Amino acid sequence: MTREQIKAELEAGSNDAAEKGHLPGLTSNEFDHVLEIITEPNRVVSVERGREVVLTRDGGVLKYTGASRYSGSPLSKEQAVSVGERIVGLDTMELGNSDYSFKPCKAIAFDEAQHMENAQMISIIPLFYGAMPNLGSYYQSLGGPWPAPTELLKQGKIKESRETQERAAADLETDIIYLAKIMDRAGSDGFDFDTAAAYGDAEFYATLRGIEQVKQETNLAVEVGMAGEMISGMHCELDYQGTRLAGLWPHQQGKLIEKAGASMFGPVVNTRTTKSFPWNLGRALAFIKAVTREVQIPIHCNMGMGVCGVPMSETPPIDAVTRAAKAMVEIADIDGV
Amino acid sequence: MAIGLGGLRTAGDLVARAQMEKKLKIRDAKAYVAKKLAVEPMTLSDEYAMAELRKKLDIGLIIALTGYAKGLAAKARIAKTCDFRINSVTRLFEKTNVSTM
Repeated sequence: MTREQIKAELEAGSNDAAEKGHLPGLTSNEFDHVLEIITEPNRVVSVERGREVVLTRDGGVLKYTGASRYSGSPLSKEQAVSVGERIVGLDTMELGNSDYSFKPCKAIAFDEAQHMENAQMISIIPLFYGAMPNLGSYYQSLGGPWPAPTELLKQGKIKESRETQERAAADLETDIIYLAKIMDRAGSDGFDFDTAAAYGDAEFYATLRGIEQVKQETNLAVEVGMAGEMISGMHCELDYQGTRLAGLWPHQQGKLIEKAGASMFGPVVNTRTTKSFPWNLGRALAFIKAVTREVQIPIHCNMGMGVCGVPMSETPPIDAVTRAAKAMVEIADIDGV
Repeated sequence: MAIGLGGLRTAGDLVARAQMEKKLKIRDAKAYVAKKLAVEPMTLSDEYAMAELRKKLDIGLIIALTGYAKGLAAKARIAKTCDFRINSVTRLFEKTNVSTM
């Protein structure tokens, strides 16, 4: 791509975010800055000295242990924490179960707590416990107790579809606070809601209410990472303190996460696989800039494969990853990744 | 890793705790930790300066030097140095308050 083509793609991506999210988009100076970052000749780029940010994790130890979807390394969870802290140099680490949702974690909560207690004895960096709200796991289609709303919708049962989501959300809230209290007793520093609202507005509703309860009943710092850039309207009539949840964009989600009492917010902007790297980065920067302007708690942007400008790949290219990260720090002014 | 503070190599864990507990944005979190450690914020990402300072304050190092605080002991010293409420440290002190037995 030529510089002119890259700039045109950046502008098109930013304009798309501005139109969809009703945002200001990037300024002329910001386009010039990100263009310089993208066209810098070095393979790996970094931020200006003094602009370094904090790294938090989702799926922390899973990526260092025997989970087949990650490294498959023969390490225990406690060993993985040590590798992260003492060899990789992570700022924080996270413990979690390979079946990484609140519902399956509930059944093994005290086994997980034992790992947390062991790890707390030997580690210095902050340790979170993390899991996904994953409302889908509460439906019969995935072995849960409640009829799946998608099946009810197919039959035209809209009222019943909403009721089943409300019942599942209530169960999820119960599981969240159950697990949080046990991790609090085990000495955890924080609680990470990963991939929140994957099953739409009812899951986001349960997450917000779960945050409230965790803050009221434990000493845990709460981080919330989102599943996607917009809250899907699976229910469509749920609101949180007067704000309808369906259709919210990252800057609007963050305000509610902050209001519920979380310490950190991890917004997501989905990568369009049919679009170029600059198009996706321009779009992600416009969305995340709005988040950092409007939300007062620290913003830890999700920057894994397929989100916030990072290409969708199991092995994301390091040149693209570091350019996206540098741009997020220097242009969108994020507080962490 | 290219844009991170570097954990125990520098002051990454301390700035993270300031964000988690105090809900501070990155500049304010660095300013908070720098004030507690009596250094400039730029020093927080200086590996050499922070290694020496962490050794002096005995708040945990990335190198496992014999006799220096590790694990919970290092966190207890971090809690005091930076005025953090660290959950595992609070629970340790509750468990080891043997005078109440």
